[in-house]
Amino acid sequence: MSDLPSMNVDELQAALADGATSVDVTRAYLDRIAAADGELGAYLHVDPEAALARAAEMDSAGTRGTGLTGIPVALKDVVVTKGVPTTSGSKILEGWKPPYDATVAARLKAAGTVLLGKTNMDEFAMGSSTENSAYGVTRNPWDPQRIPGGSSGGSSAAVAGGLAPWAIGTDTGGSIRQPAALTGLVGHKPTYGSVSRYGLIAFSSSLDQAGPMARTVLDAALLHEAIGGYDPLDSTSIDAPLPVLAEAARRGAEGSLAGLRVGVVRELGGEGHADGYEDGVLTSFAAAVARLEAMGAEVREISCPAFDLALAAYYLIAPSEASSNLARFDGVRYGLRVGDDGARDLDEVMALTREQGFGPEVKRRIILGTYALSSGYYEAYYGQAQKVRTLISRDFSAAWDGGNGAGVDVLVSPTTPTVAFPLGARVDDPIAMYAADLCTLPASLAGVPAISVPCGLSEGLPVGFQIMAPALADDRCYRVAAALEAALTDERGDRGFLDQLAARAATTEGAA
Amino acid sequence: MSTLSRKGQLSRDEVAHLAHLARLAVTDEELDLFADQLAAVLDAVAQVGKAAVEDVPPTTHAVPMTNVVRPDVARPSLPRDVVLAGAPAAEDGRFRVPRILQEEA
Repeated sequence: MSDLPSMNVDELQAALADGATSVDVTRAYLDRIAAADGELGAYLHVDPEAALARAAEMDSAGTRGTGLTGIPVALKDVVVTKGVPTTSGSKILEGWKPPYDATVAARLKAAGTVLLGKTNMDEFAMGSSTENSAYGVTRNPWDPQRIPGGSSGGSSAAVAGGLAPWAIGTDTGGSIRQPAALTGLVGHKPTYGSVSRYGLIAFSSSLDQAGPMARTVLDAALLHEAIGGYDPLDSTSIDAPLPVLAEAARRGAEGSLAGLRVGVVRELGGEGHADGYEDGVLTSFAAAVARLEAMGAEVREISCPAFDLALAAYYLIAPSEASSNLARFDGVRYGLRVGDDGARDLDEVMALTREQGFGPEVKRRIILGTYALSSGYYEAYYGQAQKVRTLISRDFSAAWDGGNGAGVDVLVSPTTPTVAFPLGARVDDPIAMYAADLCTLPASLAGVPAISVPCGLSEGLPVGFQIMAPALADDRCYRVAAALEAALTDERGDRGFLDQLAARAATTEGAA
Repeated sequence: MSTLSRKGQLSRDEVAHLAHLARLAVTDEELDLFADQLAAVLDAVAQVGKAAVEDVPPTTHAVPMTNVVRPDVARPSLPRDVVLAGAPAAEDGRFRVPRILQEEA
């Protein structure tokens, strides 16, 4: 059973149907966590006894070998879990045990999955490297001196390192796709409103979406199907059926993209817009585009001029919403309280609590958001950013609708301008850190679905390929990603992108 | 508004004022650090001003929905003791808060 943690979920399902128990599978991951998480720092909370008890319960439920019964899963610590510590990466929630389950957690429970643990993240999901966690850094399994991306960096490191078969992340400006890209995973940000936000600790409510991070496109689709769909507990939930995703992934893997119209976004790494993009990333991206063309896709360049302003608009809208959302951390209802000595009044206790409970990036964004929303500046900053958001949505609409039949079915770009950067490289320079989200922000602001799928290595580190589709057409992302994945997997002759990491680890161990 | 200077600049005093509004008891070192960093961030985000937005409506939300309501049916809420168990201080079945009024008030 030693090879369980390198299995894709469809293989784990087959193993369970074939007689393996969930206890075997869960123990294999717990062993791997015990052996490797000291170095990686992917998890904030693991309760082996609870996980094994749950696995045993699933083994005796009589549904073993069906659906997701008995399959372990890791959740980003922004997802509240009843009775299980949830911090959102912040000191201000240290030790808090939520009294309820997020819808995402409840649906995974109902599907029979086994919770392995809660994964590390940038505090309140604010960051692109997971270095803003109050609980320490997470390392990239491809190179422990480098970041695993963020803010869902604990989830990305856990899956890439074989410490979980798959994991839930959340994406506000790229926090699923960017860490997936930097660790060689598939990560999908669903259409805004298609996965419930109920029980996600809110960062920027008009942007936050939970989604799957997985070893393969098919796995991601299976996980997405388990968590997605209408939820009356989220007032922004879309009351429409989820498209069929796993089937789209299977169809895509058959390899033909005949008739698919693909637009390459000029503003995301194209001519005149390649500043800050690494050559290795652009080369790998271009090779993937050529591959789509070879599979029958019609490729053309599309200009989306407003995308140039996505970063500026995002870093006004998200901090503004965050400054409002984080007002709930007042030291009264949950978490930390500092300085309540009987002499200080509520205001002082609140200010001291927030000062000690929040880290520097959270404070910066609260101050920036407070500024952008202040009287006299609202129109110039927040109001203007919301209008830019409209322009970005219009660029997407123009790309889909075209004119004279010039529309495209999907837009593509690199997922990130660079491969994973070294730990510490950008922590003191917020602007450099924010640039890691350059390619992922437009889809977030427009609320459209976008997937990142590995497309190659540059300097030995993974490169991600982003596929964006119209709202509610998440199935297109899966179909195209699966086609690309299948072509690359065939060429390498392995079971998936992460086999390269396993092969490398085997070589290193052999040499040592 | 009179305490805030021209766009794209943030003085140490302004950061202190904003931190107070946001109930953050920032330290002197943080004020120095944040004033510099936020000035750089403001320069970057001020790019939104370049867009031609005449007659462009704002987007507050990617999914256009208004007045989403659920059926007006009473549902059980979380048990009080379970909720209070997560609070930093509770007393007599309620959240205990620091004093709100000044003694002289």
